[in-house]
Amino acid sequence: MNDDGSQDIPYMQRTRAYYRALGYDNDYVWAHFADVPFTRPTKSLGQMRIALVTTAGPPDRSNRNEKGRKRVWSGEVDAPPATFDTDLAWDKESTHTDDRETFLPIGAMGRLVGEGVVGSLAPHFIGAPTDYSHAKTLSADAPEILRRVQADGADAALLTAL
Amino acid sequence: MPTVVIGSARDIVEHCGVPRFLYSDFPLGNPCGHPWNAAMQSETVRLGLGLLETATAPRTTVRSPFEWRDDPSWRDRYNRIDPADREKLLAIGDARRAKRGQAPRQS
Repeated sequence: MNDDGSQDIPYMQRTRAYYRALGYDNDYVWAHFADVPFTRPTKSLGQMRIALVTTAGPPDRSNRNEKGRKRVWSGEVDAPPATFDTDLAWDKESTHTDDRETFLPIGAMGRLVGEGVVGSLAPHFIGAPTDYSHAKTLSADAPEILRRVQADGADAALLTAL
Repeated sequence: MPTVVIGSARDIVEHCGVPRFLYSDFPLGNPCGHPWNAAMQSETVRLGLGLLETATAPRTTVRSPFEWRDDPSWRDRYNRIDPADREKLLAIGDARRAKRGQAPRQS
């Protein structure tokens, strides 16, 4: 139970304590924005094309350079990889990532399109890098993701973070 | 470009600040629903995308109605620190620093 009565897990606090226990002297600095942009859709959901963006990687790790630094990658929603690189910070003791739909809901989107809830699904899903550099995210990765989403004619993006 | 985030680390997402956030109070790894539960996954995505039509301002957070399990023990598990593991954790950190080419631990 937290001070505010919620049971939400204090991930930032736990992560700081964990890295101190690993022997790091400096705390991780999470991105923080005082001003958050907000764009209203111009269509109803039933008319919108939605692009999926996930933090998972391709199984062959081809989104990484020789130093392990990641770049934006894409895959086809009609032919996604059978498995994904999910070597990220998630709760590996409590669950698993064997079901792609839990972090890249292509099937769920297909059902919602079939029901008419959503207009259509963009033909590519996009993999977002999870490097530690805020500057790289802002100056390189985010613009590239936006470019790919727009190239697919999407009206909005759904980001599902592992 | 209108966006929605579906995720489970509420404090981190809200610290960053995003336009629309559907919060799944689950262990990190399965923000879109329990593994192999297609009905829950569809409903979760439906709730998330619904924020495109209902949110009127940035930093809109909605909590998903779904729970993880009856057993709440998972809440204490992620990144827990057992004092008995002190040396083991330091060794993990040393290996991590070496792999990443970072300076060795000072103390």
